[in-house]
Parts: sequence; C-alpha cells; structure tokens
Amino acid sequence: MKLTGAEILCETLTRLGVREIFGYPGGAILPVYDALGKSKLHHVLVRHEQGATHMADGYARASGGVGVAMATSGPGATNMVTGIATAMMDSSPIVCITGQVSSKVLGSDAFQETDITGITMPITKHNVVVTQTGDIARTLREAFVIAKSGRPGPVLVDVTKDAQQATAEFEWDACMPKLPPKRIRNNHDQAEFDRAVELLNTAKRPVVLAGHGIMVSGAMRAFEQFIRAGNYPVAMTLLGIGCFPAKDPLNLGMMGMHGEAWVNNAIQEADLLIAVGMRFDDRVTGDLRTYAENARKIHIEIDRAEINKNVKVDAALVGDAREVLEHLTPHIETRDHSAWIRHINELKGDSAVRDIQSLPDTGHLYAAHVINDLWKETRGEAIVVTDVGQHQMWEAQYYHHDRPRTLITSGGLGTMGFALPAGIGAKFAKPDSEVWVVVGDGGFQMTMSELATIVQEKINVKIAIINNGYLGMVRQWQEFFYDKRYVATPLVAPDFIALANAFGIRAERITTRAEVIPGIRTAREANETVLLDFRVEQEDSVYPMVPAGASLHDMIRRPHNPLVETASDE
Amino acid sequence: MQTLVAYVENKPGVLNRVSSLARRLAINIDSLTVGPTENEEIARMTIVAHTDERGAHRLEASLEKLVDVLLAENISGRALLERDLALIKVAADQQNRPHLMELIKVFRARVVDVAPESLIIEVSGTVDKIDGLLEVLRPFGVLEMARTGRISMTRGSDLLRPPLLDIEVSAVESEVSKVNKHP
Repeated sequence: MKLTGAEILCETLTRLGVREIFGYPGGAILPVYDALGKSKLHHVLVRHEQGATHMADGYARASGGVGVAMATSGPGATNMVTGIATAMMDSSPIVCITGQVSSKVLGSDAFQETDITGITMPITKHNVVVTQTGDIARTLREAFVIAKSGRPGPVLVDVTKDAQQATAEFEWDACMPKLPPKRIRNNHDQAEFDRAVELLNTAKRPVVLAGHGIMVSGAMRAFEQFIRAGNYPVAMTLLGIGCFPAKDPLNLGMMGMHGEAWVNNAIQEADLLIAVGMRFDDRVTGDLRTYAENARKIHIEIDRAEINKNVKVDAALVGDAREVLEHLTPHIETRDHSAWIRHINELKGDSAVRDIQSLPDTGHLYAAHVINDLWKETRGEAIVVTDVGQHQMWEAQYYHHDRPRTLITSGGLGTMGFALPAGIGAKFAKPDSEVWVVVGDGGFQMTMSELATIVQEKINVKIAIINNGYLGMVRQWQEFFYDKRYVATPLVAPDFIALANAFGIRAERITTRAEVIPGIRTAREANETVLLDFRVEQEDSVYPMVPAGASLHDMIRRPHNPLVETASDE
Repeated sequence: MQTLVAYVENKPGVLNRVSSLARRLAINIDSLTVGPTENEEIARMTIVAHTDERGAHRLEASLEKLVDVLLAENISGRALLERDLALIKVAADQQNRPHLMELIKVFRARVVDVAPESLIIEVSGTVDKIDGLLEVLRPFGVLEMARTGRISMTRGSDLLRPPLLDIEVSAVESEVSKVNKHP
C-alpha cells in the first residue's frame, strides 16, 4: 500500500495505540495535520507548545504509557524545550514529533528552520531527523521503544516536510524497529548480591528509600512484599510518593529538604539504607559528606550511571526494580526491627504538636489547611497534579497518597507552569478519575492560557490556586537567607475569578477556612471544570527545611507557633 | 587520565553525541580518535579523558545509555597497547640536518618529506615517546605538527568485541500499545 509520509506517520501512531496527540500546527508539519484530520487520532490543540509537552508528560505519568506531543519547526520546536527537559529529568516517556523544513533546504537558514535535534541532544534520551518517507514508520516505532524501555525518557523525531509529502510503500511488518545491539549490563554478580543479602540480614537500623523507579518498573507488589519480609521503615522521595501506601504504618513519609524531621533523622541514624529506584538527588541527601555517615548502602537501580554518582554504595544491584526485589526478598531472614521502629516513632517527638493541622482554628487561611481538607474530601483518591514551590511541598506533606501515579509533579527540573497542562494530560489518560491541579499564583500565570484548551476540549479538571501573592518558595529563601529582602517576589495577579469567567470557566474565591470544604464540595459536584482561588496566608513558610547544602539533620524545625498572620493591607 | 574504548554505530552525528555527553558531564577530553572497524557499520573510538576512576565510570555508563553506542568500557587499569602518530615539520638547513637525522634514528622515526628548508618527520608510539622526540626537536624549530591522538587495545586474550545481542523490542512495543489503548 502506497501512502504519503504524513499518512504513514498517523497510521503508525494509531497502530502503536495512541489516542491523543497534544500539539500545535504550523507550516512544516501541515501535511501531517492534513492526514490527522482523516485519521482516528484525536488532536488536542494547545495554546503553547510547552503545554503540549507537559500534557504528553502528564498523560504518560498518569497512564504508564507514552505521551505524544507535536509541533512545527522553528519556534514550535524550541517552545518544547522546557517540557522535554522536564520529562528527561523525571524519566517520563514522551515522543515529540516536530516538522522540519524540506531536506533540500536543510542548513540554509530557511524560514522557521532550527536545529532542534542539536538543541535537544542533551535533554532527550534520543533524537533523530527523518528525511526519507520510507524511514518514518520504523523510526517512530523505535522512538516508542526507546522512550519506554529501561530508564524511560523523551525522544524527539524531526520529520522534514518533503518526507511527509512523498509517498512510500507501507507495510507494518516490513518496518520493524531495528535498534543497535546492546550489551546486557544487568548485574548478575553473585558476590555483589550476596553482600547485599548479608547487609540486609545483619542491619539493626535499616531504612528503605523508595523512588520513582518502583512505579516505572511496576514493582509495587514486589516492593510491598520486600518491605513486609524485612519489616523495613520506608522513606519516600517526592516522585516515589504513591508507590507505597501513605496509610501504612511503615511509611514514614517524604525525606529530604522538606521531609519531616523524624524521616531525615531516621536516615541519619540508620545503619543500612536500601535505595530502590532513586538517584540520591541533592534535595534528598543534603550535604553528602555528612549524609547517613554510619549507614552501609544498597542501591537497586536500572541506570548504571547512577551507581556511585552522588553516594558511594556498598552493594549495587543494577537492574529492573521488580526483578531485583523478587530475587532478593526470599533471602531476607531478619525481620525484627521493632526496637528501631519504636525509636523512629519517638523521633516524632513534638512534631505532631507543632503541625499546623493540630493548632486551633483562627479562621485565617493556610495552604496546609487547604491541601489537608482536599485530601480528606477526596478521600485521598484524586490524581493531584502540582506545580513547583511551596504548594508542591505542602501537597507532598498533607495529601496522603495511597496509590501509584496519583501524584504528578515536576521533581528534577522543578518546572513552574507544569501543573495546568500536565493536569490536562492526566485527565486524558484517566478520564474517569478526579483530577486536581494544585498550583501557585506564580506558576499558574506561566501557562494559564491552557484554560482555553480545557474549554475547547470540554474536559473536567479542578483547579486550586494556592494564591499568596508571592513567589512563595523564593520569598521563603529570601526570608531565611537574604534577610527578608523580598526582591522580585511580590506578585500582582489578575482577578482569577474574572479571568476564569472570561474563558467560560466557573470560579470561586475562598478567603477563610470555613469556606474551604464547601468550596471543594461545590467544585467536586460540578460536572465541569471549576477554578478555586484560595487566598492563603502570604508569608507562610514550609517546614521543616534543610537549607541547600546543609546536613540532612541540620534542619530549620517548624516553629512552636507557626501561625504567621500577615496584616491585611485592604 | 582515563582511557575508554567505545564501539559506536558508524553513522553521522554519533561523534557529536559522544563529545556532547562528555561536555555535559563536565569531563574534558584529552584526545578522541574514531575510525571504522573490520565491520564497516561499526566504528571504534578511543577516548582519553581528564577524570578520575569515578568520572570514568560515569562516562562509561552514560555512553552506553546512548542509543548509538554499542559498548563502552574503561580499560585504564588493564594491560594496554597504545599508539599515537605524529607528523612534525621541523626547520632544517644544511648544517643541522645530520644532527637531526641522528635524533630521528634514535627515536625510530622516519623522514617522509624533504624540502630545502625543512623536513617532515613521521613518528608513532606511545605519547611519552612522541613528547620526548618533540622536546629534542624544539630547538631546531618545530614549524607545524599534527597528531592523531591515542588509539588503544588491550593485550592478548583480553578481547573487547561489540555485542551481538539485540534488545527485545517487540515486547516493549506491545506493552506500549496495550497501556496506551486502555486508560
């Protein structure tokens, strides 16, 4: 069957199971859009190509599949850069398809020509330019395999306009993916494995560090069996949240810069750390010289380049988390860690008393209240997509996730503007799930044009703006480390209610604590998108906090009375 | 200084990926040579990098993550044969020519071009040997020099062969379409 390159592209995506494409048309990709119109694929028109990549990312993270974003050459392609880098840092499988000028004029600075494969080389798992129609199907199939296999990541396929227009013979079985042969590097070193088993069976004070890799590997059950077998306390990375139920007594909560004191102190006092599918990010370790000094370390990780990168480990088990855990669990003999777990519980000390949830209600609105009430009202079952900053940390602290792929957040790159588009992508992946976008007033203003996408697609997501009139996390750093010189952090926002209404979206402003639950209920009952503008305390801070570069145990604790109340200037 | 060998796909853009990766990891490359192997679809690189063992491990593992890299291995600690080749154009007049020829003989180098005012000397061997010759030639006036950078090979039965194992692509592909189809 002879088809045009554009038709081959759409047919290949369809056969790969793709339903939605998040994209924006333009000259160099127009042949594909023409073919899209005749295909069964659903195209979601975004308002900025960055949004397309975040949507594909949110789609991938919520579904476990591969998200697809599309853009034209030049500015369309360069607008994707932030979203691609975000997906790269968080190992999210997306395939980005960009149009390119015709192969005849490549390299001549033609209109809207840009070297997008050159630009994205360091931020993609792989990228490729296709100039031959006959290569389109095979290359796309390879892109999906590369994006999804091993440690996942973004792949960009740049297709020249002439390759889209020309015709070629298309037969599915004749365009099998052909990837270069690779040495299988999984660690089958028996000595390394035996050392890990010995460490597991001799540890007195073990702590398991659970990361995103558990979710990526689909290792949730194997992980739970491993934890039960050894009765290990578990600390979560930000992206690991959800891979082990928050309600489980062995789940200590999030570690790192904004982890609770007992979590970080348990890590510092441990004699064995078992890291699973995580990469010892600096936000997790603090100062490496004092990080868990008395602990031996086992690292279970699929990416060999992560071994000994930041933290020197005693046993490295390279491989898929599920396979390694299934292999390891039967060898666990020691499971009595009750004294250690009792000690960790004692470390909690007065933390609960200092917790804002335990303090009397003054009627004043705090972000932590909003998040906690949202958790209660949704019974912890919503998919929450956050942006970056204070609200993101409060979400991690006060929304307790029991199921995997229910917290979607930009961890590694910390991309503001992620939440709204990623939330749209998550909704397409899980149309029957309740999706909440939790976002600051700063990040929301970066990509709020995607409200139009919501309206055009008639989808139902709930948006909670945690509005404190500041770029809150930066303000907090200025408060702590720059003597309260609030340079460029006070932030004027539009009237979000009027703004939402202008897009045709229902919205409500919430200024007191009493209005929070009724507001959330109204939003949940509505069968359409609702935006809630929560006017929270302006100068609230996220506690505890390990200052950047400080030792993990050296944290700024939550004050005995954390209730700041900035005087209203109205 | 660490020495790595990589087998890569012999196609355009791969050198860029490799060098770009080293730059991203903040590892300086001292020399990088690349040429085809007995299989024309596969090229072999010798990379000499300014880094320690830990950096070399990171470079090796990160290189192997590149789709176009079939194998990367740090061979620094092993019994190696290493060769560098240089062409050195040196000023030579009637008077010092005999002296130059003596030195060239000592270093087992060859004269490959003779002109009235200069000679081109070809020398191959270890880096130290070439550096040594260069040192003694300097007083005569080195006019121009080109060096290939190092190529290395492990000695004897220590074989470094590109892998032949294909990664299982069909399983990944069917998993992708399954997950994408069923929300």
